[in-house]
Amino acid sequence: MNAFVAILRRDLLLAMRRKSEMLTALFFFMIVVSLFPLGIGPETALLRRIAPGVLWVAALLAAMLSLNRLFAADHQDGTLEQMALSPTPLTLLVGGKVLAHWLTAGLPLVLLAPVLGLQFDLSSRALGILMLSLLLGTPLLSLIGAIGAALTLGVRGGGVLLSLLVLPLYIPALIFGAGAVEADMAGLGAGGHLSLLGALLALAAFFAPWAATAALRITLE
Amino acid sequence: MSQPLINWFKFASPASFYPLAGKLWPWFAALAAALTAAGLWISFFVAPTDFQQGEGYRIIFIHVPASWMSMFIYCVMAFWSAIGIGFNTRLSGMMSAALAPTGALFAFLSLWTGALWGKPMWGAWWVWDARLTSELILLFLYLGYIALTAAIDDPRRADKAGAIVSLVGVVNVPIIYFSVKWWNTLHQGASVSMTKAPTMAATMLWGMLLMALAFWMYSIAVALYRVRSIILERERHATWVAELPEMQR
Repeated sequence: MNAFVAILRRDLLLAMRRKSEMLTALFFFMIVVSLFPLGIGPETALLRRIAPGVLWVAALLAAMLSLNRLFAADHQDGTLEQMALSPTPLTLLVGGKVLAHWLTAGLPLVLLAPVLGLQFDLSSRALGILMLSLLLGTPLLSLIGAIGAALTLGVRGGGVLLSLLVLPLYIPALIFGAGAVEADMAGLGAGGHLSLLGALLALAAFFAPWAATAALRITLE
Repeated sequence: MSQPLINWFKFASPASFYPLAGKLWPWFAALAAALTAAGLWISFFVAPTDFQQGEGYRIIFIHVPASWMSMFIYCVMAFWSAIGIGFNTRLSGMMSAALAPTGALFAFLSLWTGALWGKPMWGAWWVWDARLTSELILLFLYLGYIALTAAIDDPRRADKAGAIVSLVGVVNVPIIYFSVKWWNTLHQGASVSMTKAPTMAATMLWGMLLMALAFWMYSIAVALYRVRSIILERERHATWVAELPEMQR
C-alpha cells in the first residue's frame, strides 16, 4: 500500500510541476463546450436540451486528450521497466497512476462543469446531477483509457489510434452519464442511470488495472 | 503421464496447420458456393412476396445472416485471443488476425443492406435504432482491432495487443448493446420495431438459414486461406516453408 501512496504522490507532484499540460486539457474542455452555442445558436430552450450531451462529449474528449501522458514519459525514461521489475505488483502501481490521472484530469472537469452548465441555462438541480454523473463517470474514463494508453504505448500514430480504440468503449459511460441529467430534467429520476454508472465503475475498477497491466507487460517484453 | 487419445496441440503449430488449412479451404469454398446458389435461388424465386413489404424485403436474406456472422466472428476472435493468451500459441493470434477483416466486412455489409432496406420500409436510410447503433459500434471495434495490429511492427506483439483489445471488446459488447437499447427507449426513437416482425413463412426461414450457412462456410474458407498467407509471410525464414512444393517453383 505504501508503494500505491508513493506513486500517487509522485504522479501528483509531477503534474503540479507541469501545470500547463493539465490546464491545456481544461481549456480544451471549455472551448469545445463554448463552440456549441456558437454553432447552433443562442436559443435557450434548445441549449438546455443539448447541454448534458455536449458537456459529456466534451468531457470525454478532454479526458482522452490527456491519456497520452499517463504512461508515455515513464516509458521513455525507463521508469516503467523499473516498476515492472519492482516487488510490488504492477497492477497496484497502475492503479495508483490511474487514480493520479483522474485527480489531475477528471476531477477538474467535474468542478468546472457546473460553471459551463450555467452558460447553457441549466437549473441548479440539473447542475448537481451533472456533477454527480461526472463524478462517477470520469474515473471510468480514466480506467478504460488506461487500457488504451498501455496498448498504444510506443506505437506509430499512437494518439489517433488511442481514440479509435477507446471512444467506442466510452459509449456506455456517455449514454448513462448524459442520460442521468436528461432523465432528471424529464422528471423520470436519475437514480437508475447513476446506479448503472456506479456499477460500471465498480466493474472497471476491478478489471481495467489488470488489463492495462497485461498490455504494459506486452509493451515491455 | 499417459498419452492422451487426441493430441490437441498437433495443429497448433503453423507448420502442421498450413497443409491442413490448404486441404480444407477448397471444400469450405465449394460448400459456400453451393449453399449460396441454393439460398439465393430460394430467396429470389421460391420465397413468396411479402404482402406488407413487397419485394424489398428480400434484402433480409443477405442482411440478417451478415449481422449474425459479424457478431459471431467477433466472439470467435475473442475465443482465439483467449487461447492465445492462455497457451501462448502463435497460431491463435494469426487466426484472430485472419478473421478480423471478414468480420468487419460483414458488419459493414449488414449496415449497408440495412440502410437499403430502411429507405423503402422506414423512409430513412438511418434511424438510431438500438440494433443499428450497436452494429455500428461493433464495426468501430473491428476497425480498432485492425488499426492497432497494423500499427505494431512486431507480429507477436501485435497479436498479443490485439488479443487484449478483442477480449476487452467482447466484455463490452453486451454492455454497449444494453446501454444503447435503454438509451433508445428513453428517447422513444424509431416507432417501427424489428423484433415484432410478422411471422415468417417457412420458405423464407429456409432461405435465411441457407444463406447463414453459406456465409458461415465462406467465412471459414476465407479465414483459412488468409491464415495460410499470414503463416507464409511470418514463417518465410523457416526451413519448412522453403521446402514446400509451391516454393520450389
